[in-house]
Formats: sequence, C-alpha cells, structure tokens
Amino acid sequence: MIHWFVEPGFWSNPVVGTALVLGAVVAVVSAAVGVMVVVRGQSFAGHALTDVAMAGGAGASLVGASPLVGFLLAGIVGGGSIEAAGAERIRDRDVGTGVVLGAAAGLTALFLYFVSSSTSATGSTQSVLFGSVFTVSPSVVPLSLAVAAATLATLFIVRRPLLLSSLSPELAAARGVRPRAMGLLFVLVLAASVALSALVIGAILSTALLVGPAFAALRVARGLVGATLGAIVAGVAAVELGILLSYDSFYWSAAHRSVPVSACVVGVVLVEVAASAVWSRLRRGRGR
Amino acid sequence: MGCEPLAGGRRELVHVHEVEVSLGGRTVLRDVDFRIAEGEFVGLIGTNGSGKTTLLRVVLGLQATTAGEVLVAGREGRRGGPIGYVPQRVAFDHDVPVRVADFVALGVDGTRLGLARRDRGVHERVEEVLASLELGALAGRRLGALSGGEQQRVLMAHALVSRPRLLLLDEPLANLDLPRVHETIAVLDRICRAEGVAVVLSAHEISPLVPVMDRVVYIAHGRVACGTTDEVVRPEVLSALYGHHVDVLNVHGRVVVVEGEPGDPGTHPEVVVR
Amino acid sequence: MANAWLAGTLVAIVSGAVGLFVVVRNSTFAAHAIPNGAFAGAAGATLVGASPLLGLVVFSVASALGIAAFGRRRNDVVTALALVTMLAAGAAFLAASGAYEPAIDALLFGEVLGVSRGEVLALALLVVGAGVVLALVFRSLLYASVTEEVAAARGVAVRALDTVFLVLVAVTAGLAVPVVGALLTFALTVGPPAAARTLVARPGRALALATALSLACVWAAIASAYLSGWPIGFFVGAYAAAEYVSARAASSWRERRARP
Repeated sequence: MIHWFVEPGFWSNPVVGTALVLGAVVAVVSAAVGVMVVVRGQSFAGHALTDVAMAGGAGASLVGASPLVGFLLAGIVGGGSIEAAGAERIRDRDVGTGVVLGAAAGLTALFLYFVSSSTSATGSTQSVLFGSVFTVSPSVVPLSLAVAAATLATLFIVRRPLLLSSLSPELAAARGVRPRAMGLLFVLVLAASVALSALVIGAILSTALLVGPAFAALRVARGLVGATLGAIVAGVAAVELGILLSYDSFYWSAAHRSVPVSACVVGVVLVEVAASAVWSRLRRGRGR
Repeated sequence: MGCEPLAGGRRELVHVHEVEVSLGGRTVLRDVDFRIAEGEFVGLIGTNGSGKTTLLRVVLGLQATTAGEVLVAGREGRRGGPIGYVPQRVAFDHDVPVRVADFVALGVDGTRLGLARRDRGVHERVEEVLASLELGALAGRRLGALSGGEQQRVLMAHALVSRPRLLLLDEPLANLDLPRVHETIAVLDRICRAEGVAVVLSAHEISPLVPVMDRVVYIAHGRVACGTTDEVVRPEVLSALYGHHVDVLNVHGRVVVVEGEPGDPGTHPEVVVR
Repeated sequence: MANAWLAGTLVAIVSGAVGLFVVVRNSTFAAHAIPNGAFAGAAGATLVGASPLLGLVVFSVASALGIAAFGRRRNDVVTALALVTMLAAGAAFLAASGAYEPAIDALLFGEVLGVSRGEVLALALLVVGAGVVLALVFRSLLYASVTEEVAAARGVAVRALDTVFLVLVAVTAGLAVPVVGALLTFALTVGPPAAARTLVARPGRALALATALSLACVWAAIASAYLSGWPIGFFVGAYAAAEYVSARAASSWRERRARP
C-alpha cells in the first residue's frame, strides 16, 4: 500500500528531504500569518506583496543573489510603501495597491528579460514565478529558518494588540495601541512570510499557502487559537502532500513529465478549502 | 389595531397585509398589517434592530416575504414602483466621477438602456428639484466632496426627481443636530402637503415628528401597531406590542416611551399619559 | 508592426472604458484575477493545440462567471484562491505541454509583435461587441455602481448588471493578455482610468479621458518597446503608474491652490 503511494527513492533522496523540512517550516509561518490576513481582510494586500516580491526575486536572479534576499527586500519596501500610501481610505487603498502591483509586474518583466538576455540560463521565469522547492539550494535553508523563527516570534509577541487593532482601530487607539504602527509591523511580518512561501511555491502562487489553509481553518474552528493550529496542520499537510504528489507524478505519467510542486500544493489547498466549505454547510444545516 | 386610512376619501397607496419575513432562519417580522393613503405623512417608529429597515425594503420590493401580501398603488410590491427611496447612509467614493446634477438625473434615466442624449426636460426637472431643496449651488460638485448632511439632501433630490407618489426615508434624522432635524422635517412636510407625495420615514425617536405625522406605524419585536399618534402611543397598546409593560411619558412636550423590566410590571415610575 | 499598433489600439480603447467601471466599482481584485484565468486558458489551449485566443476568452469568461456566482458579498479570500488556482493550472498546463520559456514569458508579460492579421480581425469584432454592450448598459451600470441599493429599488437589475460587467472585464482580459500579458493587463485596466477619475468630475468626460490616457499608455509602450527591445509589459506598468501618480499630484496641487 505504502509502496503503491510512495514511489521509489522518495525517502532516501536528499533533495526531497530538504524540501520536506523547508516546506513544513514555511507552511507553519504562512498559516499563522494567514489567519491574521484573513481576519484583517487583507487578502489583496497579501497578494500584491507577492507581485512585489516577484520583482525582487527577478532582480536577485539578475545580480546573482539569493532569491530569498530579493523576495524579502522587495516585500519590505513594497509593503512599507503600500501601508504608508493609503491607510486612511480602504477603497483608495485598493486602487493604489493595484497601481503598485502593476508597476511591480512591469519591473519583473524587465528583470527577467535582462536575465534571459545576459546569461544563457533558462527557466528563471519559472523558478521565480512558480518556484520549485526541489531546486532550492541547501545553503538557503539556515537563512530561511532564521527568518521563519523571527517572523513567528514577532507575530506571537504582538498577537493581542494586533488582533484588537484589526477588529477596531478606534478601540485599540483608545487603549494605547498605535494602529498605524501595528499595520506597518504586520505588513513586515506579511512580507517575510510571502518571501518564504515564494521560495517554496513561487512568488505568484504564494497567496494560496497564505490564505487557503487559514480560510479553511477559520470556517471549521471556533476560536483564534484553534483556527491557527488548524491552519498550521492544513498548511503543512498541503505542502508535504504536494511534494509527494509531484514526486510521484514523474513515475505515474507516461511521458515522465512531473507536475510542478507548486501546482500540486495549490491543488491540495483547494481540496482543503472545498472540504471546509462542505463541512461548515453540513454543520449549519444540522444547526437549524 | 385599527389601520383604516384617514377619512376624507384619500385613495389607498400602500397595502401591507399579514406580512411575515424571515432572515437567516429567524422571523424578523410577523403579521405586519397596515395601509398608507395618498399624500399621508407616516412615521415608522421603533428602536434599533426592531425591523424598520427590513419593513421599508419589503415595501420597496428589495426584501422577499415568507407570507402575506404587499401592494403598492394597487400592484404587487416589486422593484421600480412609483417610490423614491433615501437609504440611511450611502458612502460615496471620494473620487467618483459623478456630479450632483449627474446623479440626480440618474433618478430619471438611470434605468434606461442606451447612450441617447438627455433631452432638455430632464435637465430642467433636475434643476427644478435641486432648486426646491436649495441645492442649486451644489449642482456641479462631485458627490464624494459633499458633507454627510449635503449627501442626504442630494439623495432626497434624487428620490424626488422621478415624481414618485411615495417617498421612503430610512432614519433621515439620525446623525443630525436638533436645528437640522427640524429643518429636514419642515422640508418633508412641505413636500408632502404641497406636492401630495406620501412620506414614510423611519425614526427611533417619535417626539420631533408628532406635530407633522398623520399616522404612526409603531414597530417592536417584529410586530406593528398602526393609527394616529393618540391611538397608538398609549401604554396599553404599546405594552401589548412589546409583550410586557411599557410606559409613555410626556415631559415638556416630548413623548418618551419607557420599557419596564419584562415580567416585572409593578416597579415602574408614575406615568403621565396624555 | 502595423498589426501590433492596431491590436494595441483596440486593447487600449476597451480597457480604458471598462477600466473606468473597474475603478468606480472598486472591483480591482476581480479585474486582477480574471486575466490570470485568461493565462490559464491560453496555456491550456497550447496544451491541446487549440487557438490561444479561444482559450483566452473561454477561460476568462468562465472565471468571470465563477466570481459573479459568489454573489454580492464577494469574498476577497475566494477571489484570491480563484486567482491562484488559475495561475497554478496555467503553470501545470505549460509544464505538461513542455512549452519553451519565451512562450511563457509572452503570455505573462506580453508580446506585441506576436499578433497576426487574423487575430486583429477577431480582436476588432470583440471590441465592437464589448463597445455595443457597454453603450447599452452605461447609464444603469453607472447608477448601480454609485448607489447599488437605490438603483435596485428603482428597478435596475443589479445582479445581472454585475455579471455583464464581469464578462466585459473578461473580454477585455482576453483581448489584452496576448498583447500586454496576463500580469500587466491589470495595470492597464486600473492605472489610466484611476488617473482620469481623479482629474475630471463628469462621467462622460471621465470615460473619454480614461480611453485617451489608456491609448497614450499603450502607444508609448509599444514605441518604447520597439525602440529599446525591452519587454512591452515593463513600459505598460511604468507608464500606467506614472499617469496615476501624476494625476494624483495634479489634483492635490489643484486642491491646495483652491484652498490656500
């Protein structure tokens, strides 16, 4: 049974080992941050950051730096400017975010063009945009673990004032919390988490890992703690299962073309979201 | 409760008969029964969350009913009837590229298909309505640049431009200071008397409306009582409506409805009933 | 090159007009998600060997209808997931078909010179269709966008108009993706109309200015891309952002002058 499901060499392959560990860590961070993203209603900002991070990743591959550094720097700059540009009016913020996002996509196009015309390396579009956890070099792992730990620690420390300022900025301000500062801090946490997941499933797909497990868990769980734990479980399961499916697909398909890891992870996330929708509908039906 | 239209041979405009509405599995209105005649001024009074907005939406055809019948001008209540509607609050975008005059004109032709130019009649009607509400100076301003009070006036002009027979306003007096409240009531009273438009407005405070209302539709816990102010705003009527004892106080010309503790009718203060 | 100019012009006209409603209705996120559906469609068409334009239009219309089906309380999270699903599907299709990198780049970031004469004809037909529909619903769509509840009470079919609007966005995406790319179509639908909306107050003039700014953006981008050899997507993103930023600056300067 196990042998039918797990194709040969899965456990002994060092690349797979790195992928599984890195994927799990990234999934934990994304899920924890994602719950706050969904609660704060910032899915669009989260997604815009992925596009900004994408420009950073492309820039990094142009100068030969580590993609994680590029994702991080661009995310922090872009997130800071989105937050600074328009915290006052939510509706204006959407249009402003959109314009930043468009400009970032344009920059990505330019950087990738330079990469492909200056070097003979191919596949940079794919690795920056859609990512592949199988191609992450082991040297990036320590840095990503450090970033993950710092992100989780920050989130844990500020979780209460952050939640209060998400639910009611006025109330939080009255209690001495500074909503603007909280917003900025949260965008930085978000940028770090987007950078990490961009490494694993690619910049433009990282939104899936960010909001998918969190959305599913928030539908099923009651409290915020339960939702966060549920999101972590769902996120880790999505990444690990996605890696396994992608690895197996090489053996399953006749042409020996494997399905990209990112697509597999997104697929599992979707199944989880659909399952949570069915579950909450059943529960509501019974409640009546 | 007696809900016959006023005497004087006025024709019936709105007929709401044994209406029931459920939202998300909860019954929010039940056995709602009242009529409104042409040219009447009616206050829909009730506390927050008592179902006022839902009831207005039923008359507008925006809210489906689970039972009962709604007739507006003799026809089944549905959207697009001869009704002008002023919702409680509309947040216009600051940058929306629509001027006051453009918006008011949409009240005439916003439902029409095609790009045909507006004829002069539409422009004249818009100017006329804006002038009658003293909004002429605002005609060229952007919607989003108006203050809250100005936006409400503009929404009123928008509602009136299509010459409706019924004007529905949802909490138009909330968030206004007292001079503004009286000013708004005076404008509505003039529209009602001079142009023969029936006015129904919802409010949670009855006092400022007492001098102008022909009748009151009082709503509590999803049920209504209807009649003239003197018929409805009495302890026995309102107590029956609330399901427990309610006092009506008349202090310095203000009418105040005081809810007692449910199931504890003995400890209420002395009542002054007029 | 002539084809590129024609295609670019057609795309600019539609995206300026439809984009004005994207901005007025605050549908930026949906307008971002739908072109990604178009991306998946083109990738899928490559996989099965069908016409990319067909794949583009079918998939983007399907994602528009999907978003519309979620109803009036449109959920940001759902839109985000729909968007990512489409991108992931596109990536998987491309991997399965073994497409070369330039093909992927063209879909994501645009490739003006890749437009054929036959495609220009198809684009022109779509533009005429979209224009007729937009002219028909212009007033009621504006009404529903400004005060949805009041428009519904007056008998405007708000739900149906929302669907019509999203399909228009989808057709725009289908037109624009082959020219400016899936990731930059959005910049073109939001930047110039947002700039126009800040500068003028009348709906008709805003429509005209949005189209003009959109044309300026696309023409300048095509010329720059042709002269420099750099990808057109970069110029579209940069010029759209520049238009928006300068419009904002101009309007705040004007406000400051009006009230010293």
